[in-house]
Amino acid sequence: MDVVLALLAGVLAAASVWLMLDRSLVRFLFGLALLGNAANLVIFASGRLTEGAPALIAKGAAAPEGDVSNALPQALILTAIVISFGLFAFALSLVHRAHKDLGTTDSETLTIAEGSDRT
Amino acid sequence: MSAAWLLFLPIALPFAGAVLAFIAGRAGDRRAPQWVNVGTTALMTLVSLLLLSAVWRDGPQAIQMGGWAAPFGITLVADILGAVMVVITALSGLAVAVYAMADIDEGRAKLGWHALYLVLLAGVTGAFLTGDLFNLYVWFEVMLIASFCLLVLGGDKAQLDGGLRYVALNLVATVMFLMAIGLLYGLTGTLNMADLHVTLKTVDAPGLVTTIAVLFLGAFGIKSAVFPLFFWLPASYHVPPVAVSAIFAALLTKVGVYALIRLFTLVFTADVDYTHGILLVIAGATMVTGVLGAAAQNQVRKILSFHIISQIGYMVMGLALYTPLALLGAVFYLVHHIIVKANLFLVGGVAKRITGSFELDRIGGLYKAKPWLAVLFLIPALSLAGIPPLSGFWAKLVLIEASLEVEAWVIAGVALVVGLLTVFSMSKIWLEAFWKPHPDGDAAVGAVALTRGETVALVAPIVLLASITVIIGLAPQPFLDLAARSAQELLAPEAYVRVVLGGLP
Amino acid sequence: MSTLILRTMGRLLAAVLILFSLYMLLRGHNDPGGGFIGGLICALGIVIGSLGEGSRRARRALRIAPRLIAAAGLAVALIAGFSAALAGKPFLTGLWMTVGGSHVGTPILFDVGVYLVVIGATLALLLALEEDAGRVNAGEVEEEE
Repeated sequence: MDVVLALLAGVLAAASVWLMLDRSLVRFLFGLALLGNAANLVIFASGRLTEGAPALIAKGAAAPEGDVSNALPQALILTAIVISFGLFAFALSLVHRAHKDLGTTDSETLTIAEGSDRT
Repeated sequence: MSAAWLLFLPIALPFAGAVLAFIAGRAGDRRAPQWVNVGTTALMTLVSLLLLSAVWRDGPQAIQMGGWAAPFGITLVADILGAVMVVITALSGLAVAVYAMADIDEGRAKLGWHALYLVLLAGVTGAFLTGDLFNLYVWFEVMLIASFCLLVLGGDKAQLDGGLRYVALNLVATVMFLMAIGLLYGLTGTLNMADLHVTLKTVDAPGLVTTIAVLFLGAFGIKSAVFPLFFWLPASYHVPPVAVSAIFAALLTKVGVYALIRLFTLVFTADVDYTHGILLVIAGATMVTGVLGAAAQNQVRKILSFHIISQIGYMVMGLALYTPLALLGAVFYLVHHIIVKANLFLVGGVAKRITGSFELDRIGGLYKAKPWLAVLFLIPALSLAGIPPLSGFWAKLVLIEASLEVEAWVIAGVALVVGLLTVFSMSKIWLEAFWKPHPDGDAAVGAVALTRGETVALVAPIVLLASITVIIGLAPQPFLDLAARSAQELLAPEAYVRVVLGGLP
Repeated sequence: MSTLILRTMGRLLAAVLILFSLYMLLRGHNDPGGGFIGGLICALGIVIGSLGEGSRRARRALRIAPRLIAAAGLAVALIAGFSAALAGKPFLTGLWMTVGGSHVGTPILFDVGVYLVVIGATLALLLALEEDAGRVNAGEVEEEE
């Protein structure tokens, strides 16, 4: 199972690099989202894949019974997903605005900041 | 106040201030958020100074958030380096907050500029004080999202374009950081930095550890704009309002440098020859490309942006040499650089307000019109270039001495030459903006009159920062002592580790 | 987009989702759930409602600007954290007391803060995007110099 996850992370990362090399900002963003998912998979796999119950302690008990799966990577991934969701939404609205105001999402033609001087 | 208060107040205060500023802005009075901002940063300065004195007196301080013991909970920890960085953050934050009173227009203020600014400061101090790698990631994100918003807020087209570049590259760095965290966790099972210091010694996978180290190097390299990952910086720092440029220039890349210093003294010290060797090459290349880039520019803020890059090279050089003296130099340089760089951007902003442009060929005559501004420009400019007796001189002196000490002739030579080239670009700004007459005649200078209140708000922070530069220059010994203590702590982090893992406050 | 089906179902779903989000918020301490997921579900409910009814009505129904909700949430979370510090414990430590037979503490306050922050931030982004996409000429969010 670890191998499958590792391969999947690799494939996602490769696909994301391909997408990010595109000049279209929208594709770049999709690449970024994929790369984020690859990173999450890496964290998930590095927490060791064990078959176990959720790490919840029954009422009245002091410790969980039997094998539990590692809850920490899941917490980390949840945090990372939340953050990347926020950043992605922000970046998407930025690209949307660029499309509306600057009329393009092609990174080659976006050169306004190059010669700019806010006067 | 107890250490617990001192450690979390620098983070909690700006958050509370942000809420207050936002609500005050909604309530109607447009001046209220500004004053909340200034008040909060002033309080932060006070608290952080208390924190520094506590750390100086009693050694590193740590608290466990929510009472969960390390390495399971999140630790807040301050050693000298962390405390010094928080002090400087608060100080430069205060200076820029005052400047922003006259720089940030009502439209931006209404959209919550001041609240976002405080959230940015909270993210930066959080990054300086956390003892946990994943928590560091979270603070980076807090800082990042606030900086994104500040960069594009108000949204003219150049801001949007520059913002896109900044956002794109920083998001890539973020994902790299996350990936490295995942791998490190898989290897060691912990993300508490003090615990990593202990655990990594028992891990027998030198190749893998070095790979992870280099992944972190890439992530923080983008954040701190080192060669060859710096190109987002000059593409974006010149587009937002001056107050935003100044605080970005002062703090954001330095958080990256801080993270590099922290990780490559506390965690990744197994293969110093290799990792710090890479760092040294990067440092030299960063210095040279930065200063050459600056020489090619003709716009005040772009020149200054490229100089951020070349100065980052000096700090990384201090880390790369990895001797007590070199680390002392790096810490001293960090402090000096934040103050000087924020100040130069602020002076540039005032010059633009008076002459009407950032383009060097469209301005001039400042010396004749405002000789006091010329003095205020010269102090940070000469300090940046390393002219005695200003703060930059000592910073460069220590670093070059450190490189001679280990017989790293090449990097010492590079540092010297880059210093000279810095003088060249500062004198370019001097000649073009201050000395030569204004192309539109003398009447064009000061065409837009500033009100008294505006002048005070614009100039007071510059005077404050310039006087700190002069004080460090004339009486460097206490600051050198401080940096020496922190270098000592960085190279022998036992006290840091003990205070985090021992659970004793 | 605004068809009869979406309008009718949107209103219904919004009500159900908002109620469900409160349930998720309250069960969060000992079971899966909590402020974050509750906040997302609530925001989702409001957005689904707004897809049918239009974002203007959604904003009016909220009564408070989303960003203000987020700020209020941050304030609540900070208060929850500070209260532990005032009691002399590390920041964010849970303080517990028994009110009318049930166990109540600051973590629920913190969760409510998170709930509000998530609702506020998500709605601020999504409603703005929705309006941006819906209007050809958006002049409200942008304030040019």
